[in-house]
Amino acid sequence: MLQQIIDRRLAGKNKSIGNRERFLRRYQGQLREAVRKAVDQRGIRDIEKGEDIHLPKRDIREPSFGHGPGGAREIVHPGNQEYVRGDHIERPQGGSGSGSGSGQAGDSGEGEDDFVFHLTKEEFMQIFFDDLALPRMMRTQIAEAPELKSHRAGYSNQGTPSNLSVIRSMRGAISRRVAIGAGSRAELVELEARLAEMPAILDAAQELAKKELELQIAALRARLDRIPYIDPIDLRFRNRVRMPVPTAKAVMFCLMDVSGSMDEARKDLSKRFFILLYLFLTRHYEKIDIVFIRHHTQAQEVDEENFFRARETGGTVVSSALVLMDEIIKERYSPSDWNIYAAQASDGDNWHHDSGRCRELLTESILPKCRYFAYVQVADEEQNLWEEYSRLQEVQKHFAMRKVTQASQIYPVFRDLFKAEGVAA
Amino acid sequence: MTSHHAHAPSDPKIAARRRLRPERTLPAAPLAAGPRAEKPLPDPSDWTFELIESYHEKIRAAAHRYALDTYPNQLEVITAEQMMDAYASVGMPVNYRHWSYGKEFIANERSYRRGQMGLAYEIVINSDPCISYLMEENTTAMQALVIAHAAYGHNSFFKGNYLFRLWTDASSIIDYLVYARNYISECEEKHGMQAVEDILDSCHALQNYGVDRYHRPSKISLAEEMQRRSERLAYAQTQVNDIWRTLPRRVERPGEADEAKRFPSEPQENILYFIEKNAPLLEPWQREVVRIVRKIAQYFYPQRQTQVMNEGWATFWHHLLLNTLYDEGHLTDGVMIEWLKSHTNVIFQPPVGHRAYSGLNPYALGFAMYTDIRRICENPTDEDRDWFPNLAGTPWLPALHHAMRNFKDESFIGQYLSPKVIRDLRLFAIMDDEHQEHLRVSAIHDTQGYREVREALSKQYDLASREPDIQVWSVNLRGDRSLTLRHTRHNNRPLHDGANEVLKHVARLWGFGVNLESVDQWGDVSSHWSIAAPEDATH
Repeated sequence: MLQQIIDRRLAGKNKSIGNRERFLRRYQGQLREAVRKAVDQRGIRDIEKGEDIHLPKRDIREPSFGHGPGGAREIVHPGNQEYVRGDHIERPQGGSGSGSGSGQAGDSGEGEDDFVFHLTKEEFMQIFFDDLALPRMMRTQIAEAPELKSHRAGYSNQGTPSNLSVIRSMRGAISRRVAIGAGSRAELVELEARLAEMPAILDAAQELAKKELELQIAALRARLDRIPYIDPIDLRFRNRVRMPVPTAKAVMFCLMDVSGSMDEARKDLSKRFFILLYLFLTRHYEKIDIVFIRHHTQAQEVDEENFFRARETGGTVVSSALVLMDEIIKERYSPSDWNIYAAQASDGDNWHHDSGRCRELLTESILPKCRYFAYVQVADEEQNLWEEYSRLQEVQKHFAMRKVTQASQIYPVFRDLFKAEGVAA
Repeated sequence: MTSHHAHAPSDPKIAARRRLRPERTLPAAPLAAGPRAEKPLPDPSDWTFELIESYHEKIRAAAHRYALDTYPNQLEVITAEQMMDAYASVGMPVNYRHWSYGKEFIANERSYRRGQMGLAYEIVINSDPCISYLMEENTTAMQALVIAHAAYGHNSFFKGNYLFRLWTDASSIIDYLVYARNYISECEEKHGMQAVEDILDSCHALQNYGVDRYHRPSKISLAEEMQRRSERLAYAQTQVNDIWRTLPRRVERPGEADEAKRFPSEPQENILYFIEKNAPLLEPWQREVVRIVRKIAQYFYPQRQTQVMNEGWATFWHHLLLNTLYDEGHLTDGVMIEWLKSHTNVIFQPPVGHRAYSGLNPYALGFAMYTDIRRICENPTDEDRDWFPNLAGTPWLPALHHAMRNFKDESFIGQYLSPKVIRDLRLFAIMDDEHQEHLRVSAIHDTQGYREVREALSKQYDLASREPDIQVWSVNLRGDRSLTLRHTRHNNRPLHDGANEVLKHVARLWGFGVNLESVDQWGDVSSHWSIAAPEDATH
């Protein structure tokens, strides 16, 4: 009595995904902690990877009533080799009452292991942004670069002869001919049948009728022949529309001050800011280049490892970084091909004669090439660099500056920078 | 026979009469098989749907001859991932969402991916039609084994065993689970995930205490559930308030205070039921959630009491059915060897002290016992005639069916564990008494010990001794409204430390303080836990 065999293999897997979400939600606190730790140990490019998370088993246990050690109990075991009634056996290690031997010992051994599982990249990112109170990534804040590409878009009845679709047009013509001629053809068939049925020898009246028939048939034939083989209304042209496509190429310049005054906490703030920016841009563009520039009195292009780890002491000449950036743009990133972004992080401490030069450099050579330039000061004091940049902000629309002194401020500042001041295309 | 379900009358009265009929008349011996097959069924290791169908047909015919009465079968082919999904939601095809199922899934998935755990070959659901999952990875031989084991073994057990007949309603469980899932997700939308999760956590902590052990529950019927729900919710709320209505007057007349009026008048074993009906502060939707957890716990209650019987029965039948097919020429040697290897693994019983030992294997014990019942019927020894005078020499098929239908693990072992099985498995009992310095071997497989081993093992499977006996003892109606639970110690065994955590959950449901007293065999309260009322009670 087989009702049926059902192939369920294609029907939803991941039925447990809702349960998994609830599990993650429940342990959000611990996960957040684990994610924060993981981020600190990661390179800026690895930030998007998943992560193995360890939770202490005792934290996720579900309580229930049960028997503890103590009291009296009798347990039956299989495989008796040596014992007879009345034998005494030493209690196994692990306290009184664990009478079931190896099974119990194994259990209590495992009891304190961590519960380990893997967070996927998406889950990791969600928790990461959660940490910064980010509900959803804003996807459309920077307007896409206006580059158009033409796409096929079905057929239209108007167009240039070069776009004529012969097959489509002929198909239309055939159906039109069939449709228009249908009535006449049916009549023709009928009349021809009647003509064929006429006897060979005819009287006068029949002769007349036959003439009549032949006339009608000739008229129908003529009418059918007048149906045009192809008509202007049959013509179909391949239609093409021009659609805007996002520019695929973008470069982000990360400029960070690594002078003696930047301590680890300040660097961490900068790092977090750059991570956000990086993720934001990678979600927007297919390909993204990142140029890391660090500077004290001299600027240098470095890899990410050095960008965040290396520490040098010395004075600060911010303009050195801007000069280097300008050179790199000229050399490798033509503004006509690239969306150029820059983010600069500094504690605002600069050699006092240099700040004015920074402003000039930005105004004259860098800002005209950039889509957006964001300056983040990771210290509270307003020194001359802040003052010079403040003047800049008043006149340059795509220049923005903010202060960040705590990790929790980064996301609000970030959103503020990229939402409120979003660059015009 | 299997076919009579298909012709089941639609008139519910007739259906009910049929259900109450005590036992079907069974043939004394299996019906005769047809002529020997000319050639065996093909046995490529990759299965096809046609192949499954032809194996199923042979197995069905054999099961029919052995009078196995089953629900209609629905075989579903699933992937390993889907199997893990099913694992995670307690083996059911649908269930409400809860983080603990997510935890389960994550743990299973991880150990599966690292190769630490093989998946079960099958999951079978006590539903009508009976759903058996076949894993895609199984070979043809394994699919045949699974069909015999699940679709005929377990299925006939679900339909025949008295506990399942009394306590579960196979025809409505899937509908009820769908209802539960929808209701819980509606609640999540209305009241927030956190609120629902809190209630579910608390109910889960008590789900083993959401069961009527002694009086028969009414069956779950979806139609009725839906119809009555709203009135019930409204009515229940007024009832609850009723309990507390006497409060002010009592306060006015303190002279009466000592004359304690007990509430509840008798201790209540079903703690969740008591909470659903009487917890003062629960909102109607929360009561319904309590009810859902309770109903589902009730559905699983028979399974927890028939592990040995159920697995033993299924194992006995896959073994017998596939051997029968082989004898009739339907199976190739290759198929035989493959399923026998798996069968041997399943019934392997490592001896105590072996590193794979983790207690008695219910498959091994159950298979040994059913096989032995057949042996006692067919080839009794003097010892068997002495121990089982009503069994020895009688037709084996009705005897076996009787044993399957009318017992649970505890009574099945108490009734049928024979000296031969005790000897074969070399069973022995160890007494662990905290007052003694050493463990003592209290009985082994000898004349003196058979009955004691049997009794000890029977008790071991008694749910009441496995789980602490905790009941609702009283409610302080006049004072702080606190609820008192009472644990009656079995063999003076105390509760473990988790009790305090569970009490917090009870307090969340109850809304006021909760006490737990542990009472020893002399009736004295030997330990006591107390949890204050939760601060932001429910609202």
